[in-house]
Amino acid sequence: MKPHGKMRSAFEKGGRFERLWPLVDAAETFFFRLPVRTAGGTHIRDAYDLKRMMMIVVVALFPSMIFGTYNVGYQFYASAGIPADHLACVLKGLTVVIPLYVVTFAVGGAWEVLFALIRGEEINEGFFVTGALIPLIMPPTIPLWQLALAVSFGVVLGKELFGGTGMNIFNPALVSRAFLFFAYPKSISGADVWTLTGGTVVDAYTMATPLHLGIEPKGDIIAHLAGNGFDFWRMLWGLEPGSIGETSAIAVLAGAFILVVTGVGSWRIIVSVFAGGAAMALLCNAFAPSPASMLALPAHYHFVAGGFAFGAVFMATDPVSAAGTNAGKYVYGFLIGLLTVMVRTLNPAYPEGMMLAILFMNLFAPLIDYTVVRLNMRRRGRRAAG
Amino acid sequence: MANYRLKKGYDIRMAGGAEAILERAPFPESVGLYPADFYGMTPKPLVEGGERVRIGTPLWRDKRRESLIVTSPASGTVAEVRRGERRALESVIIRTDGKQHVAASIAPPPKRVFSSARAEIIGALCAVGLFPLFRQRPFGTVADPLATPRAIFVTAMDTAPLAADQGLILKNHEQEFQRGIDVLASLTPGRVHLCTEANTGDGSPFAGVQNVEHHRFSGPHPAGNVGVHIHHVAPIRGVGDILWHCTVQGVILIGRYFITGAPSFEVTAAVAGPAAARGRHVATLSGAALSSFAEASKAFPAARFISGNVLTGRNIGPGGFLGFHDNLVTIIPEARTSVFLGWLSPGFSLESFSASFISRLMPRRRFAIDSNRNGSVRAFVATGIYERLLPMDILPSFLLKSILAGDIEEMEKLGILEVTPEDLALCEYACPSKTDIQRMLRDGIDLMLKETRETE
Repeated sequence: MKPHGKMRSAFEKGGRFERLWPLVDAAETFFFRLPVRTAGGTHIRDAYDLKRMMMIVVVALFPSMIFGTYNVGYQFYASAGIPADHLACVLKGLTVVIPLYVVTFAVGGAWEVLFALIRGEEINEGFFVTGALIPLIMPPTIPLWQLALAVSFGVVLGKELFGGTGMNIFNPALVSRAFLFFAYPKSISGADVWTLTGGTVVDAYTMATPLHLGIEPKGDIIAHLAGNGFDFWRMLWGLEPGSIGETSAIAVLAGAFILVVTGVGSWRIIVSVFAGGAAMALLCNAFAPSPASMLALPAHYHFVAGGFAFGAVFMATDPVSAAGTNAGKYVYGFLIGLLTVMVRTLNPAYPEGMMLAILFMNLFAPLIDYTVVRLNMRRRGRRAAG
Repeated sequence: MANYRLKKGYDIRMAGGAEAILERAPFPESVGLYPADFYGMTPKPLVEGGERVRIGTPLWRDKRRESLIVTSPASGTVAEVRRGERRALESVIIRTDGKQHVAASIAPPPKRVFSSARAEIIGALCAVGLFPLFRQRPFGTVADPLATPRAIFVTAMDTAPLAADQGLILKNHEQEFQRGIDVLASLTPGRVHLCTEANTGDGSPFAGVQNVEHHRFSGPHPAGNVGVHIHHVAPIRGVGDILWHCTVQGVILIGRYFITGAPSFEVTAAVAGPAAARGRHVATLSGAALSSFAEASKAFPAARFISGNVLTGRNIGPGGFLGFHDNLVTIIPEARTSVFLGWLSPGFSLESFSASFISRLMPRRRFAIDSNRNGSVRAFVATGIYERLLPMDILPSFLLKSILAGDIEEMEKLGILEVTPEDLALCEYACPSKTDIQRMLRDGIDLMLKETRETE
């Protein structure tokens, strides 16, 4: 710590570059666990802090990042009909994923720093997770300038206007995605954006995602999917077109394991999203007019299709925008799963319902908590009276 | 007799527990008392520097209730009446003469301890300065001598980190304890609840105590907190529903006064902590100078001396004095070194409630925890951690939010009457946003107290 001591003082209160203090502070606390002592309150503090919590989420995203990178390359070569080895797939994937991350962190980081400097607050690590998430929920074909706009929208309107990390109502990463969905729908919906192609696509390759195929199935829906190469196991592993990080349910589950074991992600939410999805899928199955309807798609197909698993594990569990009470988490998660399957099956305009279901429930999370809190008050009141 | 098995909570794995041996400490050259130990009292000093005092000489009294006084635990000379900001009384320090004369004004206590003699007993306890050993719920203030408590709780267990051995405190004082219990029973129309550790096998030193309703609690900290006991045994019904509580040491002091007829402030305290030179139990005086019995290990160039435990105690420095209600002095190393990329380490050697540290797989390991804050202060994030650390039907994060909003009605409905800062101290320890939860709760309780006193 000594060598930069003299320079450091220029940035402290009263120094020449006082306004830039948050930058120095961010760098220092990033690299060092500083010997800041407790004062007032407890004399010792848990070694756990928000920085570590955020890091765990990023680590849990690694499997999806790695698989997603590989899959982008794999789909590229598959669509062109060129045989390619694993290394080539990864390298091709990196040429797509690295620019997306560079743009996301440059733009998002700049906003984050700007707001911290204006407020004179410490730069906090919240954008770490948002920034790691955003490229993974984008199609590989997204234009970089649109991504930059989306990140700006997500960070500024989704988070900073509410007061920064911890204060936002909606999940900022999903706000970014929703922005694109409504502002540039051609870039993030339809059948053609989910694979990066070299221009020519061989006949044997299906550009549409399984969910897109489900809009107008020809014959039995499972057979229809399988006919296009999407059997359950392939969808589970994730070698299919889609948003970069969402395709592999296996990679997502590996992340879920990390989140649940470390206690960082709420298992209550994850489990109840799946439970809600299963309940709605079973209900739809019961009322399906024919096997050739999206309503007939069984629950386990819903789980591995599109962003269901990714949303349940990484988006719905965001502690800031989710319900905060334990009882509320069950309701919140269940309704997300239920709404997702409902949108997928009953609304042909939107083949995927995960993003909107989570944003919708983000909005209702405070109401759910309010109800749980009132019930707690009533129970406590009765106990005191008795 | 009832058993309560609590699951929520956490035992911090801290190194430096006091050995289960009891020594007599050298008689302290000075004793000191802090008004901060008497929450709810507004002190008006009754002595000046240089004045001679004896055991039981009033040092200050409460401005509102004149009978509530704090007295000297030793005979000697007032060395200093220390004042802090806005001339608020900070401490009274007495240089002892070792003679331990009792003040002439002290009368022997009533011989018969029946409820018919209640007023007389309270008067006697107030006069010798033993009455502040009672604290009161709601709010955790020093008890009000004019109130009649629905019940009295005696907390005979302590689950806080490195807590003193309650059995050692009781040892050789069993008769005094029983006599004290009988005195307590005369002060309430209700019951005296004795709450002890359930996992002591058949050898509980409190098994033979009479005239009480015995409750056994098991579980991690804060299962030993009186707030938790009250919540499960006889929950607070409202602002006017008053309960008193007392520690084992307090009951012994009261019993001793009723047996010997003269006040004595001799107590048993533990010296513990990773930076303590010799962790052990000592017999000394309430308010004794730490220098007479607690010393930091030479291995730690900077150490913090805490009267009480690491969660709720006060940093009083090596020149400080044992707090009025405390039976523990904890000495911990001060944080001194930076750790490169500390938040990234797998965490073999760091204590944490979070399973994101490998150390969580080592339940038997003990850690020499220092005073590092371990992170920067951040906004509240609903991580669900608080909820796992409070074994009560209370939603801590929503209670705290109602306090931040200053909404008294909500605070009451969400359970502020049932908790004091010590009950949420563990949440503060584990909070990843490093928020000052105890401070917040204290502010909320201050506000409640102000409102209720205004309507009195």
